[in-house]
Amino acid sequence: MSISFQNVTKSFNDTTALKNFSFEFKKGQTSVLIGSSGCGKSTLLRLVVGLIKHDSGTILIDNRAPVKSNLSFLRKKIGYVIQEGGLFPHLTTKENVSLMAGYTGWDETKINKRISELISLTKFPKDLLDRYPSELSGGQKQRVSLMRALMLDPEFLLLDEPLGSLDPLIRYDLQEDLKDIFERLRKTVILVTHDLHEAVFFADEIILMKEGSIVQKGNINEFLKSPSDPFVTKFINAQRSEINFNNEN
Amino acid sequence: MKINFKSVGSLIFILLFLTTALFPQEKSAIKVGSKKFTENVLLGEIITQLITSQDQKVEYIKELGGTRILWNALLNEEIDIYPDYTGTIIKEILVNKNANKDNLKNKLAELNIGIIGPLGFNNTYAIGMKQGLAEKLAIEKISDLKNHPSLALGFTNEFMDRADGWPGLQRKYQLPQTNVTGLDHDLAYKGLASGSIDAIDLYSTDAEIEYYNLKVLKDDLHYFPDYKAVILYRKELEKTYPGIIKKLQILGNSIPEETMIKMNSEVKINKKPESLVASNFLNRKFSIESSYQPSKFLSRLWHNTKQHLFLVLISLTAAILFSIPLGIIAFKNKKIGGLILGVTGIIQTIPSLALLVFMIPLLGIGSYPAISALFLYSLLPIVRNTHSGLCEIPNSIRESAIVLGLSPSLILKKIELPLASRSILAGIKTSAVINVGTATLGALIGAGGYGQPILTGIRLDDIALILEGAIPAALLALLVQWIFDLSEKLIIPKGL
Repeated sequence: MSISFQNVTKSFNDTTALKNFSFEFKKGQTSVLIGSSGCGKSTLLRLVVGLIKHDSGTILIDNRAPVKSNLSFLRKKIGYVIQEGGLFPHLTTKENVSLMAGYTGWDETKINKRISELISLTKFPKDLLDRYPSELSGGQKQRVSLMRALMLDPEFLLLDEPLGSLDPLIRYDLQEDLKDIFERLRKTVILVTHDLHEAVFFADEIILMKEGSIVQKGNINEFLKSPSDPFVTKFINAQRSEINFNNEN
Repeated sequence: MKINFKSVGSLIFILLFLTTALFPQEKSAIKVGSKKFTENVLLGEIITQLITSQDQKVEYIKELGGTRILWNALLNEEIDIYPDYTGTIIKEILVNKNANKDNLKNKLAELNIGIIGPLGFNNTYAIGMKQGLAEKLAIEKISDLKNHPSLALGFTNEFMDRADGWPGLQRKYQLPQTNVTGLDHDLAYKGLASGSIDAIDLYSTDAEIEYYNLKVLKDDLHYFPDYKAVILYRKELEKTYPGIIKKLQILGNSIPEETMIKMNSEVKINKKPESLVASNFLNRKFSIESSYQPSKFLSRLWHNTKQHLFLVLISLTAAILFSIPLGIIAFKNKKIGGLILGVTGIIQTIPSLALLVFMIPLLGIGSYPAISALFLYSLLPIVRNTHSGLCEIPNSIRESAIVLGLSPSLILKKIELPLASRSILAGIKTSAVINVGTATLGALIGAGGYGQPILTGIRLDDIALILEGAIPAALLALLVQWIFDLSEKLIIPKGL
């Protein structure tokens, strides 16, 4: 029940997004990919869900290499949340969340039961289930996006900057709730962010990336005590004030 | 969202239902055609009423076009009967068959065409100009035109091209004029009266010759042949409707030149309907009580509306059914897409009149070529808007659908098409409004509709008649726009 990358390389035209990347995202663990824009962290998620194809190396999801024939099977094991939410604007909250379940053969009772579980898990207001995305706030939209990703109870949860476009207060609330959800569900989570504070807050393991490769992996204390590269110190210092709360008192 | 697709489906169903309900196909009617000028329309009317008096169903397709269109329609069995002139048949239609006035009947019989007549008058071509100008320049005969190379000539479009028209006339008389314009016959008289044209081609039985006090130039080199009016019909009618053909024979030698000029004048100068003038003639000459009843405005309007809707509904429905898939293919496959958008774009650049005329050799005359042309014309806005509507969907939404595990066909049906629906509907609306306007041109190839009163109105210089077609056409365009605005509320998903 893990996702493993072995020597994976992916280029777009002249730019290399991932360079001989090897890593195993372990079962039940929350791994946070962090790095500056263009370091390859989102590319990695898009490779897992099969939106793009790698040039060389091996990707194994649950010990299976994603190929055309098993892609839709594998995708049902994966929940995917992106920064803009990617909600379907012409469908209500309930329709967005239950769309795939309907096509998977779930009946109305099963769908309603699952939605009840999800709204209590994500703390989404029940009376907003019939609203369209345009009638929801940014935080509410991300909660819907999370419910949609979790609907089929996937084994893996991939989140690409899920809090990136939210204002600080809403972001704080959702962070707390997300962490709670990760801990309760113990799914294999890969979260992408450029915010060190967020990485420290969520991660069982932080993976710092630069130009398509891993610079250092581990927890924040290892990063602080024994940086593997001057880039690690530079990256941490750039966001230092934000992590003082957690590590210097 | 489910409702939306049902409502699109039901909209198309309603369109199809209306189409078949409104327009039952008429069978076993004899089809009479006529050319675009008043005398021919009158003769067609006389033929039509004479057939009707024999309790035979008849359909009169008037103002169908020029000689070629009528002749081809007769050969293609799209019409059964129409009036023509011996000179035209010999010099224009059978020009390669060595026909002359003695062997005409046999030459036509070889083509399975029968002839009745001559009807009694000779409506030859002539060249005419204003009396005053003719006197001033001392022009008596066509030869005299040679001395005035700067004269502006205005000829009917048909005369410009015909073997027995301007090219031959110019050669025979060695005429030097270069300022020669092609225009509508009825407008030519106005041009002559206003002084913008100096000489025009005339039909010798035109009522306007007397009305405008024109000088008819003598054909001193005998260029123009006789143009004796006759009736052409498909020979098969001798077997299927022997009684009718026999009855039509009574028209032989029944219309002397004065009578024809008088009847033309009744219509053109005194503004009486052709059907009334024809009815009076049959009554006076043969004591035949014809079925003439002055057509009421409302029944004319309803008739034209039905024909117009027939053209619009069928062509638009077909265009919708065809264009949306084309737009989808164009979106899914860039290479084919470029081709599809290119071809539909090129079709759109063909002038609508030309597109209609291109259809005649392929599909003949009547509603079907008009519908085909309108169909082709309606493609581009729908194809383009379907394509752009799909292109404009944000990538994040499409990718979310893919990652959820929805199949490509479900993504198209449940996500992409609903999201593109506003754009697609806007394309359909554009097509519909263009279609309603362009359909008025359908009358030019015998498809009827609101273009018919416009066409007749231009011929008879009758503004009221022109408005009888133009106003309903404009109102229909507004109505169509309004219906689509309303259906937007039904079809476009709420969250958008």
